[in-house]
Amino acid sequence: MQSILARFSAWNDRVQEMLFNPNKLAPTFPESAAVKDFRYNAWYDAKSAPALDAASYRLSLSGLIGNKQPWTVEQLHALPQVSQVTRHVCVEGWSMIGKWTGTPLRTFFERIGADTTARYVGFECADGYYESMDMATALHPQTIMAFKLSDETLPRKYGYPFKIRVPTKLGFKNPKFVTTIYVTNLRPHGFWTDRGYNWFSGI
Amino acid sequence: MSATTETEVLEHRWPVRLTHWLMAAAILIMIGSGWRIYNASPILPFRFPEAVTLGGDVNVALTWHNDPGVASAIAWHFAGMWVLLVAYLLFVAWGALSGHFRRDFLPVGPTSFRRDFLAAARFQLRHKLGEYNAVQKVFYWGVLVLVLLMIVSGIAIWKPVQTYPLVDLFGGFQGARIVHFLGMAGICGFLLVHVALVVLVPKTFVAMVLGRATGGHPS
Repeated sequence: MQSILARFSAWNDRVQEMLFNPNKLAPTFPESAAVKDFRYNAWYDAKSAPALDAASYRLSLSGLIGNKQPWTVEQLHALPQVSQVTRHVCVEGWSMIGKWTGTPLRTFFERIGADTTARYVGFECADGYYESMDMATALHPQTIMAFKLSDETLPRKYGYPFKIRVPTKLGFKNPKFVTTIYVTNLRPHGFWTDRGYNWFSGI
Repeated sequence: MSATTETEVLEHRWPVRLTHWLMAAAILIMIGSGWRIYNASPILPFRFPEAVTLGGDVNVALTWHNDPGVASAIAWHFAGMWVLLVAYLLFVAWGALSGHFRRDFLPVGPTSFRRDFLAAARFQLRHKLGEYNAVQKVFYWGVLVLVLLMIVSGIAIWKPVQTYPLVDLFGGFQGARIVHFLGMAGICGFLLVHVALVVLVPKTFVAMVLGRATGGHPS
């Protein structure tokens, strides 16, 4: 039975890839709709969240990327930033509108010379989390490296120094505490995908 | 009251039986897995007992990834949806093209519904194999509309961005979840009545399996 369900899940990956329109924007909401006290969600409690230090933090780059020089928080913060008020949809069914501010991943990829013809982007995180997504979603204009939540520096429990905010995917595809970004043609794993959730998980 | 001669009545042709049982299985999968998914983030102040939900062993899932089998419930739900969608479309297409709907689901109107409903309430409505009374017709149309509502609201929940503004038809994402829940409740209500009536008139079950049953028309 598990293998039949896995086949359906693989089929659903293909259907979702076809359904994904790279030009379709997730609906945005007025700033007044953004929740200030955003729901904390992880498999560990907030007190155990990693505390990354701005001075020693480095974002590592690997895989099909031209310039793999690590990035400091200061360098990241100097990148051009945009804001979005979008709905975060959890795989469990709850959803919440928030305001995130940061740099489009596409802009960052242009800076670092990432091979955007590659198929996948992978993320590794300080809390042991790992995620991945298709390149088309990574290049979507609303897929950002979010440095701020509700106009404030992303608090520790929400993933300081940044999380990947991707409003065209379910919440668990938005990794926090990102320490490594890599570009690859081999589909990377995902923390919850390895635990039975669908890989593409677009919305 | 004298029974007429016992005759075999051809009641359900094979496309109806096949799609009926496919939809029956898919709907049970959708309800069972849907209840498990609902339990992960209830919209009302109650949860369904885990034992009547679908998605594997809760304790195994909890040990495995600290999650009460929501992943497998979702896998079931997003597999079952394809079975339901295909069976539903085949049933509707066949019903429309073969004349099944026109012949057996029509005509129906408020007058005949009222007459048959009152007769049924007094336990005076007889079941005739091969022929639907007005209450049955209304119920079948009703559940077909409910399944369609589940498909559309389900798509709105599954792909609220890609199908936007579909979700606004239901008053937003949360509204679509509520409609999806109410549709489920309506289908459960249909199933209760449907199965209770099959228990009362078991030959209808035989007819839906074999296509024909011995019955004749009791007068």
